[in-house]
Amino acid sequence: MADPTPTGAPAAPEQPAIEVSHLVKTYAGVTAVNDISFTVPRGQIIGFLGPNGAGKSTTMRILTGYLPATSGQVSICGFAVASEPDAVKRRVGYMPENNPLPDEMRVSEYLYFRGRLKEVRRSKLGSRIDEVLELCDLKRVRHKIIGKLSKGFRQRVGIAESVLAEPPVIIMDEPTIGLDPHQILIVRDLIASLRGRMTVLISSHILPEIEMTCDRVLIINQGRIVAQGTPADLRREVLGQSAYEIEAAGPLGSLPFLLGSIDPGLSVAAEGPMDAQGFRTIKLKTLNPEDTGEAILRACLSEGLRVRALSRAHPTLEDVFLAATRRSWDAVAQDPRTAGRP
Amino acid sequence: MKHFLTILSHEVRMLIVSPNTYIAGVAFLSLMGFIFTGILEEYSKAARDVSPASAFFELYWLPVFIMVPLLTAKCLADERRLGTIETLLTTPVTTGEVVLGKYAAAYLVYLAFWGSTAGLFYILKRFAGDAHLIDPGPIVGGYLFVAVSGLLFVAIGVFTSSLSRSQSVAGILSFTMLVALIFGGRYLGSASWLDREALSPLKSAVEYAQVSQHYLDFTRGVVDTRELLFYISGTVLALIFSILSVEAKLLHS
Repeated sequence: MADPTPTGAPAAPEQPAIEVSHLVKTYAGVTAVNDISFTVPRGQIIGFLGPNGAGKSTTMRILTGYLPATSGQVSICGFAVASEPDAVKRRVGYMPENNPLPDEMRVSEYLYFRGRLKEVRRSKLGSRIDEVLELCDLKRVRHKIIGKLSKGFRQRVGIAESVLAEPPVIIMDEPTIGLDPHQILIVRDLIASLRGRMTVLISSHILPEIEMTCDRVLIINQGRIVAQGTPADLRREVLGQSAYEIEAAGPLGSLPFLLGSIDPGLSVAAEGPMDAQGFRTIKLKTLNPEDTGEAILRACLSEGLRVRALSRAHPTLEDVFLAATRRSWDAVAQDPRTAGRP
Repeated sequence: MKHFLTILSHEVRMLIVSPNTYIAGVAFLSLMGFIFTGILEEYSKAARDVSPASAFFELYWLPVFIMVPLLTAKCLADERRLGTIETLLTTPVTTGEVVLGKYAAAYLVYLAFWGSTAGLFYILKRFAGDAHLIDPGPIVGGYLFVAVSGLLFVAIGVFTSSLSRSQSVAGILSFTMLVALIFGGRYLGSASWLDREALSPLKSAVEYAQVSQHYLDFTRGVVDTRELLFYISGTVLALIFSILSVEAKLLHS
């Protein structure tokens, strides 16, 4: 596969795998994608999150060259999607939403046909099909008719097909939808095994999956990117606070003062009811990203509080997702002008 | 056109392994055999001045109305219904290659079905032993007409398949368009209101597009280039419209 930048020229930086700038897509007056820009370096796995109707599938379809953009530039490995669609299609493996497959074909026949369409050389195709069948654990069903396969197998046929031609960029729209936890694990390992070799953009609703697999996350809502970065960055940026949970008994009245002496930003967020042993669950929050758990514990003990448990709450990507999408809704609700272009 | 052959061979293969093709083929041959037997029975009662082949090919429209929608309704409508058109068009394949590949496959199967009726003439020759029943002129003319007119009929079927996601809607549309093409011309040709002086260009256009007249010319051995051009240009137009239709639906999907 030809690379647009010669590897021998160190001065020229390698083109990013995906480059999107000011992308807009409107359908019959409705803005599905509203001025989004992002860049994906080669070899990364990117998670693409957003509520239903946020514009994820539309963005992915534009990246593959299936749909034309209304405005903005999209390039894959340095090739503009609008002016060089063929070069782009040769470099992208795409698995659409719901993974449509022809029901009447056999798995190996289907892969052969797709391989020919993707211009894999006939002499290489047979061994390449064997490789992807093995990679996706499909050898047992290679002669089965696709229409008779279970959902998990069908999904894996879709994944096998998208990596078949060894494209530098792989775009998968909800690859784990409808799979059981065991199959999700297999798919996750499969995607993780592509790290470094291929750039993968996956959208999903299963947030722990994204968190475990992806190097970076893009959260999109109402056609706009509302947050992007590594999961840890997003936690800091979107939630902007750490939370602790402490179960303690004793004179709790002095607690706020005590906390202030450890960290001025530390405060009681919620206080639970007292249980039979006299313990309460108290939630604390702070803007300080550093772990102050030990200091809290020492201070509590020195004040004669009895502590049964202390834990630092780890916000999940789900919290980040909910906070980021809610934040963008609030912004839209406050400013009616942002319904159009910002 | 790099991928045309890949798609064509794939489509032909899918048609060959599909049981539906064989069911359609058996139904087609039974119908044609039934018609052929009926014609031979008529001929055994009284001598006619046209050969049995002429009488047989005169009913060319009957299988066209049934076979063309059956063969073509699925080709693009099903791709859109299943969503496989998305995976197809995100490979380095153009819409033109997809439409042409599917068209060529349907046309080849259409020809194969018609070709199988040659067996009827072979049986007649083998067992009747009557030379004047087997007149090669009308047989060759008839097959030539079927091959040339089939170009346009199958293209119309592909075009209607590009219009809808539903196979049945596509099938009914193609049936209606074929009836309008084959019988509409005959009906308009006999309409008296077209005889007015002012409408004479329209009248000549209608006469030019008379499929039944083309059939008579072909079986008489007259291969008029204007008639060939009618079918070829019609085919090209129908295929261009199919490509545009598939692309337009993508833009507005």
